[in-house]
Amino acid sequence: MKKTPLAETHVKLGARMVDFAGWYMPVQYVGLREEHDNVRKNVGLFDVSHMGEVRVKGPKALETLEWLTTNDVARLNDGEAQYSLLPNDQGGLVDDIIVYCLSKNSDYLVCVNASNKDKDFAWMTKHNKGADMTDESDKWGQIAIQGPKALELCDRVFGVSGGFKVSEMKPFTVKSGEFKGHKIMVATTGYTGEKGCEVFVEAAGTDALWMTLLEQGKDLGVMPIGLGARDTLRTEMKYSLYGHEIDDTTNPYEAGLGWVIKPAKKDFMNKAQIVGVKDAGLKQNLVGFKMLEKGIPRQGYALFSFDNKEIGKVTSGTHSPSLDEPIGIAYIDVAYAKEGTEFLLDIRGRKVKAVVVKTPFVTK
Amino acid sequence: MPFHIPEDYYYTKEHEWAQVDENIVTVGITEFAQDSLGEIVYVELPEEGQKITQGQTFGVVESVKAVSDLYAPVSGTVIEVNASLGDDPSVLNDDPVNEGWLVRIEMDTEKELANLMRAPDYKKLIAEK
Repeated sequence: MKKTPLAETHVKLGARMVDFAGWYMPVQYVGLREEHDNVRKNVGLFDVSHMGEVRVKGPKALETLEWLTTNDVARLNDGEAQYSLLPNDQGGLVDDIIVYCLSKNSDYLVCVNASNKDKDFAWMTKHNKGADMTDESDKWGQIAIQGPKALELCDRVFGVSGGFKVSEMKPFTVKSGEFKGHKIMVATTGYTGEKGCEVFVEAAGTDALWMTLLEQGKDLGVMPIGLGARDTLRTEMKYSLYGHEIDDTTNPYEAGLGWVIKPAKKDFMNKAQIVGVKDAGLKQNLVGFKMLEKGIPRQGYALFSFDNKEIGKVTSGTHSPSLDEPIGIAYIDVAYAKEGTEFLLDIRGRKVKAVVVKTPFVTK
Repeated sequence: MPFHIPEDYYYTKEHEWAQVDENIVTVGITEFAQDSLGEIVYVELPEEGQKITQGQTFGVVESVKAVSDLYAPVSGTVIEVNASLGDDPSVLNDDPVNEGWLVRIEMDTEKELANLMRAPDYKKLIAEK
């Protein structure tokens, strides 16, 4: 199993470790609910060093990224970031990503899912339009700092060593700096719906940064957070997770990701097929739902209409710690996708009532 | 972490316990099981009168994160279900080996007990985890 620069620290801090996509990662420290609540109430630290980073540089960097991704890369100025998608040539998605503009036209960092990193890099290399492309995943550790008190903690730590205030940065921007002699890039992005940032730090400095954040955040109630709570937090926001809401067969419009597809602005990989699905009329939508009878939805459970037609599949489901009730995300036939529509969920052979609801489940 | 593993109970390799009182068997999950599952939020149990078979699933416990099947330690008829778990499954986290019992079964044959583990063997099993 691969280890992040924080693996030993997680074990020392008493985390329960698991194999996640080939990585030795903390799934839980003190308890999923306590960690989840702490991110909603105070601030939490997440080791996301397993995420991949691909550096795209040179005079062909912009042209290459415009072709590989669906969002409008040309719009990005220095220090700006955007959520985007890597379409494949079959109508689905290679991955969902964040593109960081370090220097307009010529220097970008692409952050990709850990489980897809090798596939993404191979794909991007194969369809490279002449950019200088490097897999920098081993070079960077990454720590997410999330929660209502995250910015206060970031200002304490980076206000001194980095010389800038994260609280003054706009969402989806990135600033470079240093922490104890290690290069850092602080990005105001996240996967919890809370305020905060994600910090790329040179691998050797990851542990020092982690320990400093824990130390400086003590009075703010800072806590390390495992992958278990990371998943419940993102599910409450209905954020997509590759392998659940999206995969290599997903049409991104059906996944509700049309806002990061800019066909009027540019050409991109397999644009005609992806946009064609939308123009022909979407067959299904990704929706959030709650239960009207007892049971917890889980990935793969089938949705049925009251006249017993199969109308969809659950992509993610859990017991929401914030709401203290079950929540689910599912693809559902467009005829049933409207808020308030009731349907049946097949829970291990037992059909129970559920209803389409507004998302995010938790509003901030 | 030291788990409370009563010496007089029988155990399955799927981490259920069985306490035998003549032909009546009380069934639950072990402390190791509740600790691995994390916060338990939902329990699905059979009805009274239902027949269950040794080694077959007879219900489900769900934590926030995962679904876990329950396996019957012995074959027999369910004569009582712990109804309080439906309202408050947290008892399964607090006291799985007493208050958090799941069902009582009228066992078909005590010969099946030979297929279960006793406490020392069960302790060995979880020590390897």
